Amino acid sequence: MKLFGTIFLAAVLMAAGFAAAAEIPRNERRSGYTFMAPDTQTIQDDDTANPGMLWVLDGESLWKRKAGAAGKSCSDCHSDANTSMKGVAARYPAFDKTLGRPINLEQRINLCRARHQEASPIAYESRDLLALTAFVAQQSRGMAITPDTTAELQPFVAKGRDFFMKRQGQLNLGCTNCHDDNWDKHLAGSAVTQALPTGYPIYRLEWQSMGSLQRRLRNCITGIRAQNYDYGSPELVELELYLMSRAAGMPIETPGVRP
Amino acid sequence: MRKSEGSTRRQFLGIAGTAAAIGTVPVVSLRPVAATPETMTAAIRNVIGSAAVRIGKVKLDVPPLVENGNTVPMTITVSSPNTAEDHVKSIHVFNEKNPQPNIGNFYLGPQAGRGQISTRIRLADSQKITAIARMSDDSLWSATADVVVTLAACTEEVI
Amino acid sequence: MASALINVPKKAKRGDVIEIKTLMSHIMETGYRHTAAGQVVPRDIITSFTCRYNGEEIFRADLFPAIAANPFITFFTIATESGKFDFEWIGDNGFSEKASATISVE
Repeated sequence: MKLFGTIFLAAVLMAAGFAAAAEIPRNERRSGYTFMAPDTQTIQDDDTANPGMLWVLDGESLWKRKAGAAGKSCSDCHSDANTSMKGVAARYPAFDKTLGRPINLEQRINLCRARHQEASPIAYESRDLLALTAFVAQQSRGMAITPDTTAELQPFVAKGRDFFMKRQGQLNLGCTNCHDDNWDKHLAGSAVTQALPTGYPIYRLEWQSMGSLQRRLRNCITGIRAQNYDYGSPELVELELYLMSRAAGMPIETPGVRP
Repeated sequence: MRKSEGSTRRQFLGIAGTAAAIGTVPVVSLRPVAATPETMTAAIRNVIGSAAVRIGKVKLDVPPLVENGNTVPMTITVSSPNTAEDHVKSIHVFNEKNPQPNIGNFYLGPQAGRGQISTRIRLADSQKITAIARMSDDSLWSATADVVVTLAACTEEVI
Repeated sequence: MASALINVPKKAKRGDVIEIKTLMSHIMETGYRHTAAGQVVPRDIITSFTCRYNGEEIFRADLFPAIAANPFITFFTIATESGKFDFEWIGDNGFSEKASATISVE
């Protein structure tokens, strides 16, 4: 209820001062980490104190666990994740030729399970899928986000950008209205950040749990009272794709901690 | 920051203790209503008895403005020689506005070497937190901290 | 499945004061939340944490719902001899988890 009230207030204020939405200049981009209080930053910095690491460690066990009718583990094909998975999260979402569209890391893991392990998909936002995703993404920690530049991917990036820019929902807000035009301000005591997903999956203090980028996007979409999308839907993957291209060049921080 | 003198605090705790003895102030229990400064005082009495508590020796490190009430880093440091003869026996932490007044009790001893603990707590509202340390000679020392919480804990519903 | 993250120095000199950091995976359900239907979600927390150093208790904590999820607890102890730290978490609904770490003290 409180959130609705403050979003409404923000909408009123923003409708009053409408400015043409423009992306943040490259050199003014800041990770969500820089908006946090020093005490919260310390939680992310220390691997022995970062709750996200609990999921990364779970993921490390799952990596070696045999699954599916084929009785194979991830490590059977990919051996050591810290060599084979380096740089993978940095270029996801990526284009899948068979499906003819982009897929995110969670979907890639489930496709691997279906195609190579003959195993059933793991549910979105389940502990196991978050653990595996966090483990794989953590192998790219410190590496620059490097979106795939294949021609086939670009129309989907454009669709993601359109979604980010368009006004929608009861509050008639576009992502850009907050995250491009007002990222240096606060909403109900919380910093409005720049929408640069450098640390996903994150341990969010609000959730007191690990969560994916899509969980965060769905929260935001609910917040602006717009029609929401299911986990894994093409619209959310395109939005993820655009957001990662927005953060191109910034280092991966997984497992990130956010308020 | 309001700092009460030792005697005023003793008086206050004495009154609260009497009230608790009479039974007008409820002791620690899971109640649907929020704790109040009175229930915090009663909870303190419950844990440390009727001895006097002095202000000092305890450093309560909590961010003055909390990012999210669900996870608030807290460090308590008690200055002490930390020897077999003179050390920290236990540290007790209380709050005044969560649904329940207790936060945690931590038991140390001569082997600790340093009277310091860290943990992460939940705060349901802007409020005062109190930490009380019991030393090896059973003297009690305390510190309080005022914390501003904009995003509260204990109120989020299950999704 | 890894439920706990323990950080104990592998080596120490006799008499050193060392910091022990522990992180345990647990939802710490407060007992104050409600479902959409209005029913209370019952309390499910870790109530007690103990650390033993070569069998002797060196630290203990009583935890309440006010301790955040995935409890993070750090404390100090004097490194006296080589051996093992045993950690135990006990909570509601028969929750019981153990972990251990070794240290070499010279």
